[in-house]
Amino acid sequence: MIDISNVSKRFQHSNAVDGLSLQITAGELTVLIGTSGSGKSTTLKMINRLIEPDSGSIRLAGEDIRQQTPEVLRRRIGYAIQSVGLFPHWTVEQNIAAVPTLLKWPAARIRNRVTELLELLHLPAETFRQRYPHQLSGGQQQRVGVARALAADPEVLLMDEPFGALDPVTRGSLQQELARIQKLSGKTIVLVTHDIDEALQLGQHIVLMDKGRIVQQGKPESFLLQPANDFVRDFVGQSDAGVRLLGLTTVASRVQPTARAEGEPIRSDCTLREALSQFVSRQVDRLPVVNEQGQHAGALLFCDLLGGKAS
Amino acid sequence: MSATPAHNGHTAGPDRVWLLLALLLLGGCALPFLTHAANRLLTGHGIALTALPGYLPWLLLAPLGVLLASPWLPDNRPWHWTRLLATILLGNALPWLAGSSARLLDSDAESLARISFGGGFWLLLLGSLLFYMESSRRLALTSPWRTLLTLAALLPAGLLLASGQLNQLSLLREYDNFRDSFDSALQQHVQLVVLSLLPALLLGTALGLLAFRLARLRDWVFPALNIVQTIPSIALFGLLIGPLAWLGKQLPGSGIAGVGMLPATVALTLYSLLPLARGTYAGLQQVPAEVRDAARGIGMTGWQIFLRVELPLALPVFIGGVRITAVQAVGLAVVAALIGAGGFGAIMFQGLSGSALDQVLLGVLPVVALAIAVDAGFKLAIAWLDRKNHDRHF
Repeated sequence: MIDISNVSKRFQHSNAVDGLSLQITAGELTVLIGTSGSGKSTTLKMINRLIEPDSGSIRLAGEDIRQQTPEVLRRRIGYAIQSVGLFPHWTVEQNIAAVPTLLKWPAARIRNRVTELLELLHLPAETFRQRYPHQLSGGQQQRVGVARALAADPEVLLMDEPFGALDPVTRGSLQQELARIQKLSGKTIVLVTHDIDEALQLGQHIVLMDKGRIVQQGKPESFLLQPANDFVRDFVGQSDAGVRLLGLTTVASRVQPTARAEGEPIRSDCTLREALSQFVSRQVDRLPVVNEQGQHAGALLFCDLLGGKAS
Repeated sequence: MSATPAHNGHTAGPDRVWLLLALLLLGGCALPFLTHAANRLLTGHGIALTALPGYLPWLLLAPLGVLLASPWLPDNRPWHWTRLLATILLGNALPWLAGSSARLLDSDAESLARISFGGGFWLLLLGSLLFYMESSRRLALTSPWRTLLTLAALLPAGLLLASGQLNQLSLLREYDNFRDSFDSALQQHVQLVVLSLLPALLLGTALGLLAFRLARLRDWVFPALNIVQTIPSIALFGLLIGPLAWLGKQLPGSGIAGVGMLPATVALTLYSLLPLARGTYAGLQQVPAEVRDAARGIGMTGWQIFLRVELPLALPVFIGGVRITAVQAVGLAVVAALIGAGGFGAIMFQGLSGSALDQVLLGVLPVVALAIAVDAGFKLAIAWLDRKNHDRHF
């Protein structure tokens, strides 16, 4: 979908991005992760030409992005940022409608699209449509920010630390929401973060950057199981690697349908990391499991946490 | 919102502000309330408050009592309102008392004798004004309401003036004498302000915009305007006489001259540039960077960002700059009389040179009233814009 080849960008005296090549697969959620100054944000902003590379080329859907004016290109690409950047003098509806308005959609189509997006992000349309950003909580503002980025049904969604400024609880629920929307819409999403847990939870493909270069890229578990070097090991967090690995797998993949257990059941879409916490805090070696509809689905055995290959 | 004690029923007790204001009011009661002179140029002898005819002065006792007793009154909203009402009553009773007494003391409109405000009148007026500001601060009203309340508080005095109740006072008899020059002064004054503000608006806004867009320009625009601002107004008027007189000679028939309306307008325009450019610049600068980034990121063009995002968000601050500029121009236009541009300054300077104090007042008071009116008008406009923008941060 996005083909970045041999791209470099220098700021003053340092290489922000240094000969970077990267393929971003259509329909996947790719996470660019790294410390500040690693060039991840610069890379993201070069995709919608907020920053122009010094050399190299970027192709979007096979077409060089320099063939369009930046404005036309940006209207094809959704963009959400950490500080949200909602327009304070516009209502929620006007904010979400920003790109469709620029694209001159008919009013009725815009209205329907706004309703649809508000529902998608669990903001009751009639309550929120006419509100102003300062009347919303931080989490609600970020939802509106995501809705605005999705409004014109863009081919690609770029997100620059979208949940960085939120409290852990709100961040968690918005991360789940994003995963759900991505699954639902099959959008190509590029997300920048410095939070390894966010990367492991959301990313289907993770790209770890340092000093403008890619250090390692691949599926989440490859970072935990085969770290390329000490930098990756440090970044991923050596001491927590095992627990994080459990966080990548759901209970559903290890449940024994015929087994039985006593006590409060856990849901099959929980991660094994959450299950481990339950085993330890309840001092048991088996947990009853229910499926997403709350129906009995068997039990999870403590010894099975290790069993099988992570899928 | 700061100084609103939440508790109810407790008294605040006397503090230093109250002490000062109380001394002001008591001093006002002790000094002569009016002065009586044989003609408009002589210094009169004072008439104490207690020497005023009839029962009228005793009417001041009720509001005065409330204000003086205020530290021992409950510190809650109903009492703050009562205190505010007392200041409004007192403030408006003063001119009414002066006007009525003047009519009782000297009912002959043709007599040369003059009855003017005495020191006591001014002290009491100042005291009630300060008490008014203090009380309205305690009420912590939001901007449009505070302005509307002030206008309402001034209304009775305005009606009193219009009804002719005050006509026997020296100030109004001066007005009667100079009615024609007063009217043309008003016209010239407004003309000076409007004619200097219009070009300044265009030029100042453009300079502010350019300074915002081009960092290099900013480094000399504001220092240059600052220098203009520091030139004393009389000096600037003087400096303009030479070049404009020369220009008038080169272009005969153009009406350009070293003195009169034109140089005054040019000088006032120059003074207006700095606050307008600053207001424009500050307005644009306080637009949050992330809002600008988001606008760019979703694909707005430069013009769309300016018209749809920056302009509406900068407008309240910008109008605030226009407000300061307009009030400043109303005041500065007084000095323009020195180079023959007319306006209320002409009446004032004439009064000063003739030591006719009431004529000086006749020139000064309308300028104060004009400045208050301009200020209130802009404050209401800003409040209205803010409401529309829903950009109030709590």
